[in-house]
Amino acid sequence: MLEIRNLHAGVEGKTILKGVNLTVQRGEVHAVMGPNGSGKSTLAQILAGREGYEITDGEVIYEGKSLLELDPEERAREGIFLAFQYPVEIPGVNSAYFLKAALNEIRKHKGQPDLDAVEFLALVKQKMKLLDLSEDFLKRPVNEGFSGGEKKRNEIFQMAVLEPKLAILDETDSGLDIDALKIVSNGVNKLRRPGHAQLVITHYQRLLNYIVPDFVHVLFDGRIVRSGERQLALELEERGYEWIIRQEPQLV
Amino acid sequence: MSTATETIEGFVSKEYKYGFFTEVETESAPPGLNEEIIQLISTKKNEPDFLLEWRLKAYHHWLTMREPNWAKVKYPPVDYQKIIYYSAPKRKGTGPASLEEVDPKLLETYEKLGIPLKERERLAGVAVDAVFDSVSVGTTFKEQLAAKGIIFCSFTDAVQEHPELVKKYLGTVVPYTDNFYAALNSAVFSDGSFCYIPKGVRCPMELSTYFRINAANTGQFERTLIIADEGSYVSYLEGCTAPMRDENQLHAAVVELLALDRAEIKYSTVQNWYPGDENGRGGIYNFVTKRGMAKGAHSKISWTQVETGSAITWKYPSVVLQGDNSVGEFYSVALTNNYQQADTGTKMVHVGRNSRSTIVSKGISAGHGQNSYRGLVKILKGASNARNFSQCDSLLLGNKCGAHTFPYIEVKNTSSKVEHEATTSKIGEDQIFYCNQRGLSTQDAVNMIVNGYCKEVFKQLPMEFAVEAQKLLGVSLEGSVG
Amino acid sequence: MIATQPTREMKVTDPYFKHFERFEKTRSTDGPGWLFPMRKAGLMRFAETGFPTLRDEDWRYTNVAPLASLPFKPVFDSASGFPEARSIRPWPLAQSIGCRLVFVNGCLSPDLSLIPDRNGGVKIKNLKAALREDPDFLHAHFSRYAGNGDNSFAALNTAFFQDGAFIHAPAGSGLTEPILLVFLSTATDGGNTSHPRNLIIAEKGSRLAVFECYYSVNDAVYFTNAVTEVVVGDAARLEHGKFQDESSAAFHMASMHAHLADRCDFRSHSVATGARLSRNNIRIKLDGEGSDCILNGLYLTKGDQLCDHHMIVEHAKPHCNSHEYFNGILDGRSRGVFHGRIFVRPEAQKTDAKQTNKNLLLSDDAAANTKPQLEIYADDVKCTHGATVGQLNDESIFYLRARGIPLETARRMLIHAFAGEIIERIQCESVRNELDRLIWERLEQNPQVAAK
Repeated sequence: MLEIRNLHAGVEGKTILKGVNLTVQRGEVHAVMGPNGSGKSTLAQILAGREGYEITDGEVIYEGKSLLELDPEERAREGIFLAFQYPVEIPGVNSAYFLKAALNEIRKHKGQPDLDAVEFLALVKQKMKLLDLSEDFLKRPVNEGFSGGEKKRNEIFQMAVLEPKLAILDETDSGLDIDALKIVSNGVNKLRRPGHAQLVITHYQRLLNYIVPDFVHVLFDGRIVRSGERQLALELEERGYEWIIRQEPQLV
Repeated sequence: MSTATETIEGFVSKEYKYGFFTEVETESAPPGLNEEIIQLISTKKNEPDFLLEWRLKAYHHWLTMREPNWAKVKYPPVDYQKIIYYSAPKRKGTGPASLEEVDPKLLETYEKLGIPLKERERLAGVAVDAVFDSVSVGTTFKEQLAAKGIIFCSFTDAVQEHPELVKKYLGTVVPYTDNFYAALNSAVFSDGSFCYIPKGVRCPMELSTYFRINAANTGQFERTLIIADEGSYVSYLEGCTAPMRDENQLHAAVVELLALDRAEIKYSTVQNWYPGDENGRGGIYNFVTKRGMAKGAHSKISWTQVETGSAITWKYPSVVLQGDNSVGEFYSVALTNNYQQADTGTKMVHVGRNSRSTIVSKGISAGHGQNSYRGLVKILKGASNARNFSQCDSLLLGNKCGAHTFPYIEVKNTSSKVEHEATTSKIGEDQIFYCNQRGLSTQDAVNMIVNGYCKEVFKQLPMEFAVEAQKLLGVSLEGSVG
Repeated sequence: MIATQPTREMKVTDPYFKHFERFEKTRSTDGPGWLFPMRKAGLMRFAETGFPTLRDEDWRYTNVAPLASLPFKPVFDSASGFPEARSIRPWPLAQSIGCRLVFVNGCLSPDLSLIPDRNGGVKIKNLKAALREDPDFLHAHFSRYAGNGDNSFAALNTAFFQDGAFIHAPAGSGLTEPILLVFLSTATDGGNTSHPRNLIIAEKGSRLAVFECYYSVNDAVYFTNAVTEVVVGDAARLEHGKFQDESSAAFHMASMHAHLADRCDFRSHSVATGARLSRNNIRIKLDGEGSDCILNGLYLTKGDQLCDHHMIVEHAKPHCNSHEYFNGILDGRSRGVFHGRIFVRPEAQKTDAKQTNKNLLLSDDAAANTKPQLEIYADDVKCTHGATVGQLNDESIFYLRARGIPLETARRMLIHAFAGEIIERIQCESVRNELDRLIWERLEQNPQVAAK
């Protein structure tokens, strides 16, 4: 479903990704781990179409299409969802209004009719239970005045409503206490579908206790230096990133 | 709480360390300002005609001007006819002095101030031009710099040795018509530093000027001109002190910076003029015009100032961002204690496309001090994609002081973006408690918090100065790691 | 140049003197005895200061020279003719609000006004009637808050005002329905000047909502010079709003002076879309403890319009909060000016003051000048201000696009939201809904917002 080939990218002349290769099949959950500054968030932002990054080499194929040529909104309509590490506050834009607009754009793209207000509300209410959100959430402006935990829950709630094919979770665990982490990861797990995939980007193994990945990749200095199954994450937890770096002398 | 308040007060009420006076034989002009005095200054300095003419034009323009009154500072009117406009230590012989000929008393003075000028004791990596009252007493490392084509000398020497450069650049950034004090300075300036960095040269050491007011009743009017030619880099430092006296003294300097294509000038000031006593008697009136012209494409001018001295500070180091992709920066810590008043800030005038500016201002008010930030950000119509970010914070120590913020933002370009943020706060009891609970004394906690508050600015200073600046604020280096 | 300045100013103020002499002859016996000396003091003050110039720090971005050169024609008589109620296009807000005072060219139109019988003990009448019926009560308040010291336009209003609204909510009284004050200009030729004057008093524990609206029938050049004085008593709640939609050729000067006692809740909105040149002087004095004050403003300008908001919020007592939110959307060659000063006196400890001004420039020729200021003399305070000028936030646009919303829709949503976040703070539902709709329509009419 997603194939990243030899991706090189940077910002303002500084190279961040130095040849990333990664293949994700339908139904799989992949975790990308790495220390700070390894390029994890850059990868997430580039997949979602963030402007300002220069792609110097490589390509990304998503569902047989060249992803990098699409605008961010086209990617969203094709089923790519990024749960932001730092969801932006948008004062004055009502959450329900925003989400309905987004959902109907995606439905239109799929050739489905718009949901009217009643249908939309019914759908949303059902999804809100999943994330343990109260209804006044919808009346508030997008992310404005939300706590860190609320913002993250809101991201997963949007994911539940928009039902993406490929969800990219960028450090969704950061800033969450253990209860919020459980709610969020429980939500993510319930959204797992055979035809859909998830890319979980995280610094810590902790999240992977709740969202169990099929594959784990270690990103270091802009490259994936090690891939394995879930066991790799546990080993990393125990031995630290240093362990891998030492084993790859060419990296130092 | 009361212990915290006491400590805060103890922390800010430190004695002025540099208040001594040096007994030297001087020659001074009589007090007052008129054409003859200007003639005298010019003759003393053996100046070419163009310079005298320029001084006189400035003087006549000054006569038509009025003292600015918009700043948030209060002081009794200055009698410009009572000021001595020229005072210099007597020299043996004529012509530019070499350091060997300098009066040992002067060398001693600078040593006491922590600026040794003698060959073997000099600060490594820092070239110093020492200005004592109206004249430069000597410049170190001149020869080493000359080997790279760098000119670094007193203004007086520059007029003699490089008149063509002085004529070409003097007044191009700050014309004598600019403001009241700039006009006054243009008429009577006595010395200062001159610096030219040739194309493509990265100045290998810090250049610095150390200003000392010594004589009574004199005004100090120095003028600094720095030209960074294409692709060059220079970091320049400036320090100032004065003896403790009951009367006020006027300091009206002008600094002009010019950066051509891809050139960078970093200008740092630690201003510690005598601030007056705890009752507000005496102290320097520091009325200074500083401006940089980032003329070339990709040029950069960065001002960093730590202002702890002076009874009154009126100072707005500015950058005109004329070149495309040019960069302007202003980092400032200003402390006002006792009855000190500071009205300081910057102007960033964006002319070129993609020009960017950053303003970080940290004001600290204590005692009866009044601290104002006043800054202008102006984006002209042609300055597409210009960016400015300003952050102005004020910290109040005690409840008799004042902290004020007066930003002016004028934007005439749609693709540009200007952001301004300001906060006013005090050191919170909970912050001090938190530190106490972790085993820190209240004094250490206050130091740490003030230091942390100023850190963004201190880190812009060259190492030597950063240490001095921290000491000035009574802040120990420990705790800055955070 | 400096020497000639006062002479020129004198010339400008001369016609005002002549009119005042005439006024003195015919009207000096109008109203209570204390009023005329007050008018005269106002005139003297105006003569002394003259029209402000760009050299005045408080007017450095707003040039009133075109106003000063306008032929000054004060409207003294209501005889200049009221329009038929039906001939006036339905004004925004008027339909949905059942309680209103309508002033045409500064004079009350009883036919167009509508005062319900039951109004919760709140006195609603025109100032002229109140001066006649209750002179002693008025003497205690009238012109006590606006004074003459602050600016020459307020002084000019005191000298020449004809009428305006008087609203008095005695202790414990209250109205849930808003009161609408409509100021309508029917001027057809240049120079007509009206000086509306309002006094709003909400005594202890009372509740009120008052909205001023400024409209015109024709696209004429005229001058509205309004002053509103507001008194908010202990624990009173007052929502005040002003919708300025004057003719695009008009000049509009307005001053609002509010005086707040203990624990009160005051919010004042200013929505400005009209006038060639408009200026709102907003002066708040928080003179009691534990009060909350919100100042909330939106300006939409286009063409050659200039819209200036000039605010001073004075914290004189401890434990008060003041928040200011002003957003501007500027198109054409228009200019938005914002000046906000938070002034905290030494005794006003535990002040929490916040101020934001955001400007969106839609056209290459529009310009914004903003001066958010803090003047703080107390140490235990939390004061912040922020100002931005520029474009929509890239982060927000990306966030919306990443959820599938097209770029142009995202822009439009954010521009509406930029206005919406101000409108949302209006508590009175009927006013909020109508202004929301109206601002939405105005924005949609703008090709910069809608078409792209």
